[in-house]
Amino acid sequence: MSAVTAVERLGHGRRLRDRFGDRALFGLTGLASLAAILVMVAIVLKVFGASRLAFDKFGLAFLWGRVWDANIDVYGALPFIFGTLVTSLMALVIAVPLAIAIALFLSELAPRGVGGVVGALVETLAAVPSVVLGLWGILVLGPFAADHLEPWLHDHLGFIPLFSGTPQSSGIFIAGLILAIMVVPIVASVCRELFLSVPDELEEGALALGATRWEMVKGVVLSSSKPGIGAAVMLGLGRALGEAIAVTQVIGAGHTIQWSLFATGDTLASRIAGQYQGAVSKMQVSALFYLGAILLVIGLLTNLGARLIVRRFDPHRVGAD
Amino acid sequence: MSTLDLRGRGRTRRRLIANRAAEVVALIAALAAVAVLGIVVWSVAKRGASQLSIGFLTKDLPLFGQPGGGIAPLIVGSAILVGIAALIAVPTGVAIAIFTDEFAPPRLARAIQVVIDLMNGLPSIIIAIFVFGVFVYGHPQNGLAGSYGLAIVMLPLVTRATQEVLRLVPSSQREGALALGASRWRTVLTVVLPSALGGVVTGSVLAVARAVGETAPLLFVTSIYANTVQWDPRHALPNMPVQIFLWSESSDPADHERAWATALVLIVFVLVTSLLARLALARSRRNMIR
Repeated sequence: MSAVTAVERLGHGRRLRDRFGDRALFGLTGLASLAAILVMVAIVLKVFGASRLAFDKFGLAFLWGRVWDANIDVYGALPFIFGTLVTSLMALVIAVPLAIAIALFLSELAPRGVGGVVGALVETLAAVPSVVLGLWGILVLGPFAADHLEPWLHDHLGFIPLFSGTPQSSGIFIAGLILAIMVVPIVASVCRELFLSVPDELEEGALALGATRWEMVKGVVLSSSKPGIGAAVMLGLGRALGEAIAVTQVIGAGHTIQWSLFATGDTLASRIAGQYQGAVSKMQVSALFYLGAILLVIGLLTNLGARLIVRRFDPHRVGAD
Repeated sequence: MSTLDLRGRGRTRRRLIANRAAEVVALIAALAAVAVLGIVVWSVAKRGASQLSIGFLTKDLPLFGQPGGGIAPLIVGSAILVGIAALIAVPTGVAIAIFTDEFAPPRLARAIQVVIDLMNGLPSIIIAIFVFGVFVYGHPQNGLAGSYGLAIVMLPLVTRATQEVLRLVPSSQREGALALGASRWRTVLTVVLPSALGGVVTGSVLAVARAVGETAPLLFVTSIYANTVQWDPRHALPNMPVQIFLWSESSDPADHERAWATALVLIVFVLVTSLLARLALARSRRNMIR
């Protein structure tokens, strides 16, 4: 009762002002949130809307069309879907084991100071702008791979179609390597947080039962982090799928589907970026938006997939990231 | 979970070897990542440093095929592009964080969170064609469209950073202010935000460091520009990332040299600011938790 009278004794003016202030701040911040939602909706609408012309002409057959020719105004996305999948998969195959090992080193093995420094350096790798990584990829990594890495793979594993082509300094192989470098820090930092969040009692329990550190990691840390690792991989995949600039610089803008990793190719993102000098026709612009729409759908699904994995398997870890 | 076979049975040696092997693999992986960073930074520094001079930083861009020149227009242009983007993204991002953490009912807050996360995962090339389609297709290129694109890149980063520090502000502070009769908005603006300010600033600096190296959102909207310093964002603005991209695609070795030197300027700015921001962030976190 007394609290109520105290409130009522407050000046009428001040109460009005407070009510107005509360509403104003609520309104302003709510408006900002609404704006973010609207921008997201506008992006989806614009990308789909602008691909309408190409969709009307090619329909879903665009997805498996193999021809991309501005001269006859015929466009298809299959080589780029293929390129996106191959480069992203290659990046994941290289990056995921590496990133998990790094995360284990940082969370289980390294002394505190060392772990802090190495962790910061790995995160710094993620801060290197992609255009700089691409520059390095085309002028340093590409020639090195063409002279040393690819011939070695060709000589020793050439019986596998993937490594059968002629080594060259730009192509899918280089793009996969560059993407792997971009994916490692993302997966590593998410996994490190995951591994650190494994309860100490579990780890200590395994050690107390006589497990070696590796057995403890295998049996406790890795197995209890599986869904989280899955989500981390999805995040890394999202990064690899969507990277445009660095891939454009190193992949060589091919438009055929080839099994050799050494061949040139293009991804959805890099094909769009590669057209920066301007498209010839309205149809070509629309086809580029169509590629963007495919990429947008794949990207959104990957992101939602990552959330779903975490939700479904481990409700306690939802806030872990 | 698999059960561990813990009996010795003379396998102890093998187990210890496996353990040691795993440790070595983890160590090598960590060293490899650090080595890649070192090699990239070293390549850029070695090739870029030989080009770098006061003249290179202060002169206009070289005309096509001409020797010499500098990157003053790129530095000014990048600063304007990112500056405008920050003016848009920082207040908006902070506002969204305040809304989700202080005002919105949990369900709405979660929905907004999903949108912010999706925006964070949006490939930058999608942002690129969006701003191109909305602002530039059928019109001349302009810097503002580029800034809008960069703002979309920055917004989720600022929002997340702000949310993280808001969550670190002890609820006792909020409750104390409210118990003293302060209204909600006063509590947020005079109690919560000030103690979160350090985190907001460093989060914003990190977002700037990220945006200044973003190429894709600028590629279609501000990539054809004059070779002199431009101040008006209503026209196309020269900028570092796009120019590095263009020079890296060129067949002229002189352009490659310029690309390295510009990359060095860019990378020094990005790495120094993000390192400093990270240090400050770690520090302000410690202070807040204490």
